[in-house]
Amino acid sequence: MKRHLLSAGDLTRDDAELVLRTAEELRSLADRPIKKLPALRGRTVVNLFFEDSTRTRISFEAAAKRLSADVINFSAKGSSLSKGESLKDTALTLEAMGADAVVVRHWASGAPHLLANSGWVRSSVVNAGDGTHEHPTQALLDAFTLWRHLGNLDGRRVAIVGDVLHSRVARSNALLLKTLGAEVTLVAPPTLLPVGVENWDVETSYDIDAVLPKADAVMMLRVQRERMNAAFFPSAREYSRRYGLDGRRMGTLQDHTLVMHPGPMIRGMEITADVADSDRSVIVEQVTNGVAVRMAVLYLLLSGNESDFGRTAPAAPAADPTEHPTERDDA
Amino acid sequence: MSSYLIRGARILGGEPTDLLLQDGVVAAVGTDLDAAGAEVVDAEGLVALPGLVDLHTHLREPGREDAETVDTGTRAAALGGFTAVHAMANTDPVADTAGVVEQVWRLGREAGHCDVFPVGAVTVGLGGERLAELGAMADSAARVRVFSDDGKCVSDAVLMRRALEYVKAFDGVVAQHAQEPRLTEEAQMNEGELSGRLGLRGWPAVAEEAIIARDCLLAAHVGSRLHVCHVSTAGSVEIVRWAKSKGWNVTAEACPHHLLLTDDLAATYDPIYKVNPPLRSATDVEALRAGLADGTIDVVATDHAPHPHEDKDCEWQAAAFGMLGLETALSVVQQTMVDTGLLDWAGVAQRMSARPAEIGRLSDHGRPLAVGEPANVVLYDPAYSRVVDPTETASLSRNNPYAGLTLPGRVVATFLRGRPTVLDGKLS
Repeated sequence: MKRHLLSAGDLTRDDAELVLRTAEELRSLADRPIKKLPALRGRTVVNLFFEDSTRTRISFEAAAKRLSADVINFSAKGSSLSKGESLKDTALTLEAMGADAVVVRHWASGAPHLLANSGWVRSSVVNAGDGTHEHPTQALLDAFTLWRHLGNLDGRRVAIVGDVLHSRVARSNALLLKTLGAEVTLVAPPTLLPVGVENWDVETSYDIDAVLPKADAVMMLRVQRERMNAAFFPSAREYSRRYGLDGRRMGTLQDHTLVMHPGPMIRGMEITADVADSDRSVIVEQVTNGVAVRMAVLYLLLSGNESDFGRTAPAAPAADPTEHPTERDDA
Repeated sequence: MSSYLIRGARILGGEPTDLLLQDGVVAAVGTDLDAAGAEVVDAEGLVALPGLVDLHTHLREPGREDAETVDTGTRAAALGGFTAVHAMANTDPVADTAGVVEQVWRLGREAGHCDVFPVGAVTVGLGGERLAELGAMADSAARVRVFSDDGKCVSDAVLMRRALEYVKAFDGVVAQHAQEPRLTEEAQMNEGELSGRLGLRGWPAVAEEAIIARDCLLAAHVGSRLHVCHVSTAGSVEIVRWAKSKGWNVTAEACPHHLLLTDDLAATYDPIYKVNPPLRSATDVEALRAGLADGTIDVVATDHAPHPHEDKDCEWQAAAFGMLGLETALSVVQQTMVDTGLLDWAGVAQRMSARPAEIGRLSDHGRPLAVGEPANVVLYDPAYSRVVDPTETASLSRNNPYAGLTLPGRVVATFLRGRPTVLDGKLS
């Protein structure tokens, strides 16, 4: 991996597996009374959020703090319509303050790419979700969750169901899961699949019921009710009937199949409460894993030289992993 | 008024010939002409073309003088070999009245670098709701003949029909910016596999093609002239070809950037490549070149669209649409059309001078380089090669998508009615 984490597609299989192994070691910290390592002492991580996302921000914040980094939260409001301070000026400000890593969340696809390549900042840039483009740490935490439950992902079938068109989670997951050897099927009504998806090296389906029995994991994506106003589907009820995961459909899954959701969920829309709260749901565990994966990413980007991700994982105190959620994450 | 003897220029790429420019006209054409006090311009190896005519230029004045003025934009035009440009109407205030078009026309006359022919807005304020006073603009000192809401599409079919009909009274033409608005809400780049991957809202080819098809049918129905701005897709070329095969009075333009650049440049997220209509696929580029070669696409028009630095130094989604084009147009056409064998220099002169002048109903431009004709001439060195430096420009803006690319050719001199606006590659 490079100096930045902008796209899940930037990760080689070795890079990705190193993140997962590192996350596994760091995850055990969550169960210790003192949840802190000195790894990034004296380093500054800026959470630069141009779009509200309390869950992602606090996940990154917890990750950085557990590595003893100093954390600055910078909430920069504005949109393409109401222009606030420009990305450039904000970046120059952060550079002047001496940030080592900038975790950026932005409403515009490509904004982290711009930040990393503009020369405005020298720090590492971590994409914490950009527009409808990517959310690579979400994909890493999803892969980490799958890996902990299923082991090696080669040949595993993962169904990603919902609003693929607008989902940065789906894009990053499609890229990363393929890198890790899994077979990905995107399931959505035709209106919510991107043009050209047939060239993504993934399967696609309009029929969730045909896909579920073969899946090793089902990732449900958030679907905004408002999409029906732009004619992506006729009504929330019709969407739920055709693509929602309810108890009946859950019954068609294999015994080991996991149910995942990046959050925030809309219960009753893409997933019913009984499924979300069922034994096979790992939705809460995904949140815990999010902190560990983000610790691993920050650690690997910031400790040492530019080719950090070629190094071996750090020695961290080992402990049995348990599922005590500490933070929540979202997409 | 001093006279100029152009020595040994290859007119339309032909044999070396001398041209004597005197009193604003071509006074003599031949070999070994007597200088007789005229200033001699050595044009050995240079191609002589009639002064170029741009049907599609944004000069930004009035309103956005931080991006371009009539003076700076026409300097850039002269450096690019143009002797006439059509200034688009999307200024602030919009060029939708006789007053504004006369202002732009007068500013062009005062600057003197090339003739400026204002384009009048079709609808008031480009609002797409009611017709602007097209007749008043036609009758004004600016003598407007080309009308366009460029930047916006006249999407209302009834309004478009009426505009097409109405301008017949003064032999005008409606130049349509073909963009179905609902299909392109928030659109950022060509819709295709890459837009899906990049998470940038797609701009489907059908949004352009559907409007072109409708407008061709409307123009045929009411027997009017239609000009299609910046054709960018293979499908659009097919539709225009079909309309022409019916004998309908439809003309079309393509922009240099659409002849060279492709949508994969969006993967850089560098908004220098953000333009309306968007850069398309390599297949579309090939179709545009073929269409330009066979005459389906009548003209090359620059869509020179200056923007201040801050409007391009930002997130793609927040950036302005448009790129510079006046100073690179001829080089791009050489690279994409001449060096590829698709067009000879006579074909270039047809598409960048004669035909656009006909469409704009300009009597003194786009004329052949023959005795008695207006002395509008560009001397061009096709053997030259340069790496494009965006800071080397007369434009106030720097949004040059060719920065760093090596392009062939160089405009050595431009003459407007016998007076050099550019000599030795520099403004004079």
